[in-house]
Amino acid sequence: MKTNRLLAWVAIAIGVVYFIVPLIGTFEFSLRMRRGEYSFDAYQSVFSDMQFRATFGYSMLMAFFTIIFGILLVVPTAYWVRLRLPQIRPVVEFITLLPLVIPAIVIVFGYLRLYNSSSFIPLTNSTSGTNALLMLSYITLSLPYMYRAIDTAMRSIDVATLTEAAESLGARWPTIMFRCIFPNVMSGVLSGAFITFAIVMGEFTMAALLNRPAFGPYLQLVGANKAYEPSALAIIAFAITWLSMGLLQLVSRLQKTAPRKA
Amino acid sequence: MTFLTLSKIQKSFGAVQVVRDFDMTIEKGEFVSFLGPSGCGKTTVLRMIAGFESPSGGEISIDGRSQANLKPNQRNIGMVFQAYALFPNMNVAENVAFGLKVAGKPKAEIDARVNEMLGLIKLDHLADRYPYQMSGGQQQRVALARALAPKPQVLLLDEPLSALDAKIRVSLREEIRMIQQQLGITTVFVTHDQEEALSISDRIVVMNGGRADQIGSPFEIYNRPATRFVASFVGTLNLIEAKVIDPAANRIAIGDQAITLREPLGAVKAGDTVSLALRPEAGSIAEGAKGDTALTGKVVSSNFLGSVIRTRMKVGDAVISFDMFNAPGLSPPAVGETVTLRFTASDLLIIRE
Ligand SMILES: Nc1ncnc2c1ncn2[C@@H]1O[C@H](COP(=O)(O)OP(=O)(O)OP(=O)(O)O)[C@@H](O)[C@H]1O
Ligand SMILES: [Mg+2]
Repeated sequence: MKTNRLLAWVAIAIGVVYFIVPLIGTFEFSLRMRRGEYSFDAYQSVFSDMQFRATFGYSMLMAFFTIIFGILLVVPTAYWVRLRLPQIRPVVEFITLLPLVIPAIVIVFGYLRLYNSSSFIPLTNSTSGTNALLMLSYITLSLPYMYRAIDTAMRSIDVATLTEAAESLGARWPTIMFRCIFPNVMSGVLSGAFITFAIVMGEFTMAALLNRPAFGPYLQLVGANKAYEPSALAIIAFAITWLSMGLLQLVSRLQKTAPRKA
Repeated sequence: MTFLTLSKIQKSFGAVQVVRDFDMTIEKGEFVSFLGPSGCGKTTVLRMIAGFESPSGGEISIDGRSQANLKPNQRNIGMVFQAYALFPNMNVAENVAFGLKVAGKPKAEIDARVNEMLGLIKLDHLADRYPYQMSGGQQQRVALARALAPKPQVLLLDEPLSALDAKIRVSLREEIRMIQQQLGITTVFVTHDQEEALSISDRIVVMNGGRADQIGSPFEIYNRPATRFVASFVGTLNLIEAKVIDPAANRIAIGDQAITLREPLGAVKAGDTVSLALRPEAGSIAEGAKGDTALTGKVVSSNFLGSVIRTRMKVGDAVISFDMFNAPGLSPPAVGETVTLRFTASDLLIIRE
């Protein structure tokens, strides 16, 4: 019993060291830009870089649209499947899992074949078309997390009965969707949104191959050409991800203080 | 005046027919209960009235207007569900206001109506509570107020009390009945609890296998069951097999004791078997009890049930239960004792399916 506990602690310690030490190292290194003393020069350099602002802003915007359109796609789908087609739920679940199994590079090559300038839907012909394509591929990437988060939230409410209650009170489907269903799956929507945000901010493959000025390719570019700035960027990227995760925790905590009848 | 008409309603799910030839008319302001065992189609009929299912045949009309082409949100119907189904994201007042908001009523009118409804269910003080902050009984009252707020033509309740505990179930059913009478709203109430149905309904529909076996007042249903199913489903009942001795004279025999029935036997011949029903409360074994008919038997068991004592006695092959009111100083019959049960012949019903 005693040794078991000890072993558990050792395992945890190893895990923490494995995780924390490189992070501390990276942070320490990012502070060493000025010779002989610690400074935030590398961060200053990063934040004053026009390209950082441009790519960061671009990815933020992409994340925003990915989240909005992702939610508009997933919430009604999950709702409809639960309400009318419960028998095809396993199929839908399988489809939403595919992006985890198929490498991003395969997906993006598929997209390029389907939507190149000589295809029927030449999305890559224009900048806005390519942006749209990139957003759609981000939606695909975030689908496994988004669908699961929202479907789980829907399980905690009785979708069918709430819908019927609303219908018998005279509501039409937009009202049912946005006043009765959406607000009750908000916790799932938010956790899906934060995960999507984290994915989009760090995504490299799709943005690089579609040649869009996103944050991921910028990270790679800086990493290949500069010394201290990549470390600073890594720390910034970590901070963003952790912030998302923290908010996610907070949201699910809030959800718990307002329990619902299962 | 007929208000809600169901004529020749049929409903099949695939090859399975779950409602057949369901025929009934409901008066304005009437409180009708659908009573029957699980799976007999009560919910299905209710859902067809609400428009959530469409009948495979037959027609439903409310106030002379056919509902066939109306979607649930176009019908003027209030519905209360077993699972409360309040909107978790809205507080009590918002839940009650929902139907009125959807109908685009002006704010002042909505507020007034919500207050009126909360007063009706005596929950004014909880207007700001959310569903998860309330007990089941309170939630169900809110659900009732929410259904009634838009002034529906018909109120439908699908086992609204079965998720509640026994005490609240009784007080809430009386409250529902009071509110129903106060508003004079035409109501259909689904339940599988016979006591519930008997105590609050104007009329009861006893359903069996998708059919209405009998429609009648609680008194009729209890005292004059039309079929063997109704007789056995509603209340406790002795079903006794008897042999016909003389059809012309209405003479039959239970074991070796011959008695004369009041009800004509009809087309049977001597030696046939008929089924008779007798309520346990119809007879008495007390000295000098009234009754033109008597059966003598041996006591096989005697159970103390609180206010009544239920005794079972054997007459020939038949076992007959009878109740007597408990009283201090009363000594229940002992097992093995021979007793004589006296009752009126007209209480002995002939069950003809
Ligand atoms: N959507 C459906 N698809 C297939 N069969 C159904 C459907 N809804 C109900 N049934 C069947 O119809 C029959 C009647 O169901 P219904 O729900 O009306 O019964 P009920 O009298 O309300 O029973 P309970 O007291 O258990 O609620 C049942 O055998 C049920 O399995
Ligand atoms: Mg039912």
